[in-house]
Amino acid sequence: MEQYLSLWPTFWEGFRVTLLLLAVSGVLSLILGTIIAAMRISPIGSLRLFAAFWTEIARNTPLTLVFFFFAVVVPFLGVRVPYIPLAIAALAYYTSPFVAEALRSGINGVPVGQAEAARSIGLGFGQTVSLVVLPQAFRMTIPPLINVFIALTKNTSVAGGFFVVELFAATRALANGNGNMVILILLTAAALYLAVTIPLGLLAGQIERRVVVQR
Amino acid sequence: MSAPSVLFDAPGPRARRLSRIASIIGAIVILAALAWLVWILATPRVSGGVPVPAILDPVRWDIFADPEVWGAIGRGVVATLQAAAVAAVGAIVLGVALSLMRSSTIAWVRLPTAWLIEFLRGMPVLLMMLFILLVASTGAFWAVVIALILYNGTLIGEALRAGLAALPRGQREAALSVGMRDFQSKMLVEFPQAFRQMLPIIVAQLVVLLKDTSLGFIVGYNEIIRTMMNNLASFYGNRYLFSLFFVCLAIYLVINLLLSWFARWLSRRTASGGRRAKQQEPSPGLADPTSAIRLADAQIPDRRTGGDAGN
Repeated sequence: MEQYLSLWPTFWEGFRVTLLLLAVSGVLSLILGTIIAAMRISPIGSLRLFAAFWTEIARNTPLTLVFFFFAVVVPFLGVRVPYIPLAIAALAYYTSPFVAEALRSGINGVPVGQAEAARSIGLGFGQTVSLVVLPQAFRMTIPPLINVFIALTKNTSVAGGFFVVELFAATRALANGNGNMVILILLTAAALYLAVTIPLGLLAGQIERRVVVQR
Repeated sequence: MSAPSVLFDAPGPRARRLSRIASIIGAIVILAALAWLVWILATPRVSGGVPVPAILDPVRWDIFADPEVWGAIGRGVVATLQAAAVAAVGAIVLGVALSLMRSSTIAWVRLPTAWLIEFLRGMPVLLMMLFILLVASTGAFWAVVIALILYNGTLIGEALRAGLAALPRGQREAALSVGMRDFQSKMLVEFPQAFRQMLPIIVAQLVVLLKDTSLGFIVGYNEIIRTMMNNLASFYGNRYLFSLFFVCLAIYLVINLLLSWFARWLSRRTASGGRRAKQQEPSPGLADPTSAIRLADAQIPDRRTGGDAGN
């Protein structure tokens, strides 16, 4: 028991790094994803094409390979940055197309009649999008966005394989160092991940049910 | 709102000119960024006082003339596909089993399954792989495969359960009224329909599964990334790191884009079959299977009543 308690500071340290990765890369991917989604529906053809291209490439690259690029290839090319910002960049890049798709599917969920009505009373592109479509799309997109963040929480564990000591890396080190309580250590790590993902999942389900009933 | 064109007017001559100019400027900016990238990569640099050849220099790419290298890459690709294939079959089998258990009428089968699914779904796959590797000491291949089976099996199971629950109630009632048993109705009438409806989501999840085999890199399974970026890069030297990375990325993109296109084609095909499916946008499921499942889930009461009213 004492041995187990003595491991907690390490767990806590790792968990904090995981939360840091989650928060910062979550916000960054939200910003990046919104830009991509805006490009995706914009009237300008080249931007639409670029956004579609970005989405396809980023979505079809395994996260491990993205991390490999940021953690190994980028320093090799001569950029000297600590590993945590690199991991955040990798996660933000990987998550951005999923955010963009969530936003886009929310926008697609708004009935066409809404946009047609807005257009027919003379609102322009900017006004239609910002005053009519987005406010309605927003509540439709919250549950998919939460799902994206749940996936992001789980994806932060990949950073543990690339020189960032977050929860997964801490767990691996602890499990290697304390052979007599491997199962307990792994279950604790699982519980810490579940402590983030399950409440988020319940929240998403709750909101989803409410939104659909209202419609 | 399927077409973005509702959002803005059919452009007049001035707007068309403006949009064309903006398009051209945008294209120029993007091309300039690409050209800058290529230029950076093509310039020899001096690193720590030692001149190093440019990334695009032939010296960095000559290993790809060696059939040995392609042999190794081929083995990596085969290893990845092997793990993905075994895990895909296992995940579908597990998914079918879980969906049946989850929608069982017996509470002590249904509830523990629900908890198990919640537990497995909220955990990172990587942690599961580590768990299996350390606790069951199965070796890297089975650690990767079993973790992927467990994780993706729960998601496929949830998709199938949502599909079962979303069927119009009349299907089951009809099956029961012609004298089928509970289980017969489930296997012969409800399940085939649910499976067909959820097929695009399942295929999308299998693409995710293929991508996730790359986590084998971290737990020591020799798949594409580990073969190329670890074994080959350390054998031939770091000078080839970038070229190896590039080829590795290209291989993954080819495999995944082919599969994604297949998934999209499949979803179009299945969508044109059913009357109900035709009304929905098929694409969100492909973006994010999890949210598609949740969405299907949330629409159940809605669709049930709708289906009953229609029948």
